[in-house]
Amino acid sequence: MTTAAPASTALPRPAFDVPAVLRKALISAGLALVLFSLMIGVRTEAGPAGGLVWWTRFRELVTLVAAVFIGSLLLEAGRQWFAAQPRGQFALPRSLSAALRFAARLLGPALLIFTLLLPVIFYQQRYILDLGILVLTYVMLGWGLNIVVGLAGLLDLGYVAFYAVGAYSYALLSTSFGWSFWICLPLAGILASFWGILLGFPVLRLRGDYLAIVTLAFGEIIRLVILNWQSLTGGPNGISGIPRPTAFGIPLTPGEHGLAALLGIPFSPTHRIVFLYYLILALALITNWVTIRLRALPIGRAWEALREDEVACRALGINTISTKLTAFAIGAMFGGFAGAFFATRQGFISPESFSFQESALVLAIVVLGGMGSQLGVALAALAMIGGFELFRGFDQYRMLVFGFAIVFIMVWRPRGLVGHRAPTVFLNTRTTISSDLVKEGRG
Amino acid sequence: MDYFFQQMINGLVLGSIYGLIAIGYTMVYGIVGMINFAHGDIFMIGGMTSLIAFLILVSSGLTTVPLILLVVLLVAMGITSVYGWTVERIAYRPLRQSFRLAPMLSAIGMSFVLSNFAQVAQGARVKPVPPIIGGGYTLHEGGGGFAVQLSNVQIVVVITTVVLLAIFTFIVARTRFGRDMRACEQDQTMAALLGVNVDRTISMTFVTGAALAAVAGLMYLLYYGVVDFAMGFVAGIKAFTAAVLGGIGSLPGAMLGGLAIGLIETLWSAYFSVEYKDVAAFSILILVLIFLPTGLLGRPEVEKV
Repeated sequence: MTTAAPASTALPRPAFDVPAVLRKALISAGLALVLFSLMIGVRTEAGPAGGLVWWTRFRELVTLVAAVFIGSLLLEAGRQWFAAQPRGQFALPRSLSAALRFAARLLGPALLIFTLLLPVIFYQQRYILDLGILVLTYVMLGWGLNIVVGLAGLLDLGYVAFYAVGAYSYALLSTSFGWSFWICLPLAGILASFWGILLGFPVLRLRGDYLAIVTLAFGEIIRLVILNWQSLTGGPNGISGIPRPTAFGIPLTPGEHGLAALLGIPFSPTHRIVFLYYLILALALITNWVTIRLRALPIGRAWEALREDEVACRALGINTISTKLTAFAIGAMFGGFAGAFFATRQGFISPESFSFQESALVLAIVVLGGMGSQLGVALAALAMIGGFELFRGFDQYRMLVFGFAIVFIMVWRPRGLVGHRAPTVFLNTRTTISSDLVKEGRG
Repeated sequence: MDYFFQQMINGLVLGSIYGLIAIGYTMVYGIVGMINFAHGDIFMIGGMTSLIAFLILVSSGLTTVPLILLVVLLVAMGITSVYGWTVERIAYRPLRQSFRLAPMLSAIGMSFVLSNFAQVAQGARVKPVPPIIGGGYTLHEGGGGFAVQLSNVQIVVVITTVVLLAIFTFIVARTRFGRDMRACEQDQTMAALLGVNVDRTISMTFVTGAALAAVAGLMYLLYYGVVDFAMGFVAGIKAFTAAVLGGIGSLPGAMLGGLAIGLIETLWSAYFSVEYKDVAAFSILILVLIFLPTGLLGRPEVEKV
């Protein structure tokens, strides 16, 4: 270790201020008592006769208040202990931090190889394959939204609308005209990007919070229209019997013309899962590749410039209108692809899958991933969806924990897990900008 | 014509509820410049606590309706204000110096927390109560068997709103807290230099907004006779629309916008389609933001480089 001096010599003051800790914990417990008094202490439910009945739950109330008291005690004590530690105690030795940096650089390729090999390793475990497909879907959505939010700095709270447009485009085109997945996929993307431009036009002048609210309203309008336009979309019943994808025309069925029969191997339903897995992996990687390439083009640089400062952008002669519209359109297009994939995987879609919570989830993935960092988004999607899976048994607590997680992450690391912005263009050497130095793009 | 008058009355009542919620949005936006996304759910908490307090009071044998309502109002306002304070303390205060997106996302998280907390604590089913205030007046007996009705509930809602608005306006215009609030709205650093406790003023702003939202929650319960855990989201967006329509940051504007949204929604449902009433409200939000970003009574925002 490089820190030779023992910690105790640098610590003249006591580690704990016991009365202060106790006072804080007592205040928290008192607050909790007020907060939970009626909401937890009394439970109401519609009785057998139709009217409401209520009963008290003092034990739960006392347990919760006690939990808040103890939690606050530990938190405050921990904070004081942490503040009392001398600075620099936790600095890693140079060789170790270099090794860590090396490992961080290898993380991306390693993750990619693991993802490619996952169906081979877990061929028998259907659950893991399904989970992998789900995670990859969100990785793709995250990367798509990353173009709008992370690169162009346009806060979009209605991204799920494009996902819905893609899903419904494929579902309607395939069920009413019998078109195959491979024809519908590009169409779904084009239609979604068309809607992206449609949304983009009116909001060109808006910035920041207003933009967020308008996109939210837009997403809700799309959902409500889908919900109420019964003759076209089936309303709340959704669309079922959506055709499964084919391997470029060859169906993945046990029949005579199925892929398995053509290859001369015994049929297994896992083939389709593995095929879907690689399909979404390919789509996600295309999204990633396009994003990386676009960042090197003038349009990508214009996006990043727009994110940092819109006024300066305009002063430099960048056409902000086309810059914003392309960001919306391209982000929406990938959302549409993901939607078409979602429809073909599920075989059934309904407006329930496209609620505001989905938008918030994807946005949380992008923000948690550090807004602009491709690897960060992938890791965040893994963490979020994996975390959701852990709560599979306690469905009603899932969103509660999700909400707390967002708040906690925002308070703890507002810039996300990978919180720096590496500039794409640089002079002589690539220097990373600390995230504290750049202003949020308010465009 | 009678039908139209009836819808006007209904719309004004609905509009006063939206207006009460909208004030919370506009105050917070004015002082900290963020959209308090969780405000709609604070309104929901207000409705829930009102319902529970009401049930307890009724089964304790109290029969005087005005007394019950007064106690319920005070209890709901008290508890909901604590919610408002806690939300600000946990989710917004640590982020005050952060970049603009952070408090907004944190607010979205808090909105999830509140609505799902209510779901976990009180169940997912809607909670109906029998009509608390019955009776009413027939204003005009028209032809065709249609009569313009004004129920006592509607009178109570409007009167409560007006009285509370009067108190609230007095607080903002005349008291020390109101002055502090307006000072912080204009320039927080300068206000702090002049001895205003900025942190406490911001907290109190949230508390006041939450108290008004609790009143709206009780009024909603009285008027519709039903609350559920998810009602905060849509009501919140509509109230935000009202705040924007009136000009965000402007208190009379919020009330005006609330009335306008209430009227538009009611008339839309009456003459076009009930299914698309939320679509109408959201479309208005989009249209207002595009064509009238400063709202009816708002000040234009000048961008400085």
